[in-house]
Amino acid sequence: MIRLTAITRTFHMGDQTVYALNNINLHIASGEYVSIMGPSGSGKSTLLNIIGLLDKSDSGSYELDNRLISDLSETEQAQIRREKIGFVFQSFHLVSRLTAAENIELPLILGGIPATQRQIRVNEALQAFELKQRANHRPSELSGGQRQRVAIARATIMQPSVILADEPTGNLDHQIGAEVMLLLEKLHRSGTTLIVVTHDRELGARAHRQIAMRDGKILTDQSHDAD
Amino acid sequence: MTLTDTLQVSFKTVLSYRIRSLLIILSMALGVAAVVMLTALGDGARNYVINQFSSIGTNLLVVLPGRAETAGAFPGAILGQTPRDLTLKDAQLLGRLPQIRRYAPLNVGAAELSAATRLREVTVLGSNANLIPIRHMKLAQGSFLAHGAEHSAQIVLGAKIANEFFPRSQAIGQRVRLGDRRFLVSGVLAPQGESMGFNTDEIVIIPIDYAQAMFNTTSLFRILVEAKSHDEIESAKQAILTIMKQSHDGEEDITVITQDAILATFDRILHTMTLAGAGIVSISLIVASILVMNVMLVAVTQRTAEIGLLKAIGATSADIRRLFLAEVVWLSLAGAIFGLLLGQFGSLMLRLAYPQFPAWAPVWASIAGIFVTVITGILACLWPASQAARLDAVKALSKK
Ligand SMILES: Nc1ncnc2c1ncn2[C@@H]1O[C@H](COP(=O)(O)OP(=O)(O)OP(=O)(O)O)[C@@H](O)[C@H]1O
Ligand SMILES: [Mg+2]
Repeated sequence: MIRLTAITRTFHMGDQTVYALNNINLHIASGEYVSIMGPSGSGKSTLLNIIGLLDKSDSGSYELDNRLISDLSETEQAQIRREKIGFVFQSFHLVSRLTAAENIELPLILGGIPATQRQIRVNEALQAFELKQRANHRPSELSGGQRQRVAIARATIMQPSVILADEPTGNLDHQIGAEVMLLLEKLHRSGTTLIVVTHDRELGARAHRQIAMRDGKILTDQSHDAD
Repeated sequence: MTLTDTLQVSFKTVLSYRIRSLLIILSMALGVAAVVMLTALGDGARNYVINQFSSIGTNLLVVLPGRAETAGAFPGAILGQTPRDLTLKDAQLLGRLPQIRRYAPLNVGAAELSAATRLREVTVLGSNANLIPIRHMKLAQGSFLAHGAEHSAQIVLGAKIANEFFPRSQAIGQRVRLGDRRFLVSGVLAPQGESMGFNTDEIVIIPIDYAQAMFNTTSLFRILVEAKSHDEIESAKQAILTIMKQSHDGEEDITVITQDAILATFDRILHTMTLAGAGIVSISLIVASILVMNVMLVAVTQRTAEIGLLKAIGATSADIRRLFLAEVVWLSLAGAIFGLLLGQFGSLMLRLAYPQFPAWAPVWASIAGIFVTVITGILACLWPASQAARLDAVKALSKK
């Protein structure tokens, strides 16, 4: 459960103040599938970063699973990022000197999971995302779609309750992008909350709840039943 | 993140930036190798001196006339007196002290040695039979003033002299002329070479009374004394001073030097020099650590996006800091070990080139080398690591 109340995030550029988020109120229940759309600079990434505890708001409060984030220490916030949140980025953000398997393993290492268990879980993930053949390849040896699959495998290896995807298909062609979306939707069907930022109307329309943003504000927030 | 994982992940990082890692390791290794080599040299010099010193005798005390004040003069000189001579009687008195195993009176001079067609000037030592064991000299053949022949006109030849005068025939039993006296060759010294600037291969030894007669003196140059044991050196010294004072009418006009005291002084001086040298050379480690700091700062900039990613997937600032520090621990450990090997190899080369010179690096230098390298490495990386840990995740992620 995500509850944002009167969230404002500003950036200062010289003597100008940019309202990246301007008094956002938003409630997202567990297991929802939400798309966020809007023109460039409307605050979509900023919103996602705040939900993912990567960024802090200037004012307002954020509750995640009934805990007030502002009350938590840096270490506790890192732990939440590790255990409850999975990030998927437009530019994949794989570590170039690590293999696909090692990239997927990273969150498990950070979580202090023993090596033997890590091996099992990474293998399962490689299997699930059809990356078995590519396990020992470095990102530079993978196609865009494979890279994003590795990134999704990494985002989900800790079985997070929320997946935050910031234009996950932005660097992929239409066909591959659609496949990646299917993967994410599959994760949603297994109970994960899925929040996707996208420029693509068609992809955005697949979400059960669509939020449109402009100038740091929520313009519309529409829900329709699952298909 | 567990410590093992931190070490493992950073180890992989070290491996993947091969050239950078090699450069850092090399720069640290050179510093450590320099420290190891230098301490090997210093300790080698120290051991060389100690060996040389020990080779001239064990539990040795040297009694000489005159009193060595720190100012260099003895009080008698101010009053216009010369110090009283040491005599054979003094030597015999010393011989009765319970702390003393044996003594050898000593006179030194030069005289012409001739035999058959040969003639040359030699250094002459006049002493008794004890000189040979006290001064750790060895007879290759024969004897010197053996029992029953204490007062005969015997001479012992240094190895080189024996060889020069009697290259083909047996030296022992031959007659030689030293000065204007005839001597019977009773022994030949084993070749020993130079020790403490004194070449025993080119000396001859004759009984003390003949030497005193030859040099027309009743005084002694030195009395060499061997204490019964190491523990008795100090009490022997006191006893000698007391008995000499008594026999010299209450004047303290002799000096007793113990081999121990000289050794300890040399030991201290050379040890201090080794330490100082190691200190100076370890400046190269500071240079290396500046390089480490620089390289790690560059690494933080290069890996900004990666650091942002690690934070996004749940790394704490402490995790990031530890990853960077662990990386430097690996690098400096590798540098230190490589440097040790390099330094040991260098010392080995030194020992092969100069076999008399025991250039072994002391253990403390190796241990200190490792510790200092790792600690300076960590110190040099503290700042870069905290820069990395402080990075703002969102900004870091947006960096390409
Ligand atoms: N680090 C920053 N410093 C200054 N201004 C920033 C910073 N990050 C974001 N902004 C500003 O905040 C506003 C919202 O940015 P944000 O990245 O959330 O937009 P977005 O909707 O994700 O845009 P895009 O679709 O281009 O990704 C923009 O006006 C942007 O210029
Ligand atoms: Mg954006």
